[in-house]
Amino acid sequence: MAETMQFDLVSPERNLMSAAVTAVQIPGTEGDLTAMPNHAPMITTLRPGILKVETETGTQEFVVTGGFAEIGQSVSVLAEKAVPHGDMDQATYDALVEEAVMAYKAAKEAAPENEPGPVDEAAKLLQDMVAVGTHIGLDPKAANLNY
Amino acid sequence: MPSLKDLKNRISSVKSTRKITKAMQMVAAAKLRRAQDAAEMSRPYTERFNALLGGLAASVGGSATAPKLLSGTGKDDVHMLVVMTAERGLCGGFNSSIVKKARTQIETLKASGKTVKILTVGKKGREQLKRDYGDLFVGHVDLSDVKKIGYADAQNIAKDILVRFDNEEFDVATIFYSKFQSVISQVPTAQQVIPAQFDAPEGDAGGSTLYEYEPGEEAILADLLPRGVATQIFSALLENAASEQGARMSAMDNATRNAGEMIDKLTIEYNRSRQAVITNELIEIISGAEAL
Repeated sequence: MAETMQFDLVSPERNLMSAAVTAVQIPGTEGDLTAMPNHAPMITTLRPGILKVETETGTQEFVVTGGFAEIGQSVSVLAEKAVPHGDMDQATYDALVEEAVMAYKAAKEAAPENEPGPVDEAAKLLQDMVAVGTHIGLDPKAANLNY
Repeated sequence: MPSLKDLKNRISSVKSTRKITKAMQMVAAAKLRRAQDAAEMSRPYTERFNALLGGLAASVGGSATAPKLLSGTGKDDVHMLVVMTAERGLCGGFNSSIVKKARTQIETLKASGKTVKILTVGKKGREQLKRDYGDLFVGHVDLSDVKKIGYADAQNIAKDILVRFDNEEFDVATIFYSKFQSVISQVPTAQQVIPAQFDAPEGDAGGSTLYEYEPGEEAILADLLPRGVATQIFSALLENAASEQGARMSAMDNATRNAGEMIDKLTIEYNRSRQAVITNELIEIISGAEAL
């Protein structure tokens, strides 16, 4: 039997998951990382991506849009918005992409010169969002129109 | 002396009022349950968030490069008061007590020569403050179309406040809302959100675990602080929603009871005058018979 640790996934609106898990794959801002029991304590921010939770009985996936994760004795992911993979449909995804596109446009308007900063960040957010769609097999059509 | 007909009409009108208040009380009770559940759901997030942010703030707070949201602008000349009230009335002293709290604060600030700006959330507070402080309003957030308060609503309010902060429109921001304690007790509360304030971390929270930060400690803090504002506003909105329903429930309960008492009183009066009329008629008949 593999070692387990306590894992909590909470969003401001509800508690999505609280269970003993063997590993969690977290989409960190600076790259994906997998936390297993006895991981060094760390705090990282999240980018939009897939959060993969491995329990002894199987694997669960969540789509998260941002937030941060705290890894210590236990792992807590505080996601701004988190949706179980199964519940993610085209409409929900479209709304998320739409939001990212709007943010990108707003950032571009605010700073027409492409300087590093808000514009790049918004663009990266959008790209991450599109990557999420490709991964889960949904079509980021809103993004295609506006690129 | 009102006639029998008048009394009858009054009784039936009070009866229908009682029906309405009774219905409102039951609706409020159902909504209260839902509001309390929502507040319950958000609690784990808020608690963890604050613990984490508190720890981070304590370690970075002292440095000169700490973000402005944490350390403040170095002045406290302009105060922003965010007054959160309900969109609807008929909820007892709920709105007035929040407004009263805000009013006291405004007067204190004004007396010490500070500039005050007011952002209202919810229609009722705006109406009550308009007369005396209408010129201090800088904005209003309308939540009357929102059926269920979501995190996105809090984020929008937070965004509005943060933009104003970035434009250096104010130095200190305080939110006013009502903390839900029980159905009969809601406590109007003022909470400072900018610069952020944290409860002193409990004994073991500080320093026992050394975290690694990715990206840097300060980058994370800069990312978290705006979210902290949104989180605080979100939990205040939820508390407020629960308080509003609680206050409405007890107000309507009182109203229903009062209506019941009034109906009893009116019924007695109605019966008395009915008897008086009967007695009168009898006397007339008897004295008529005697005169013959």
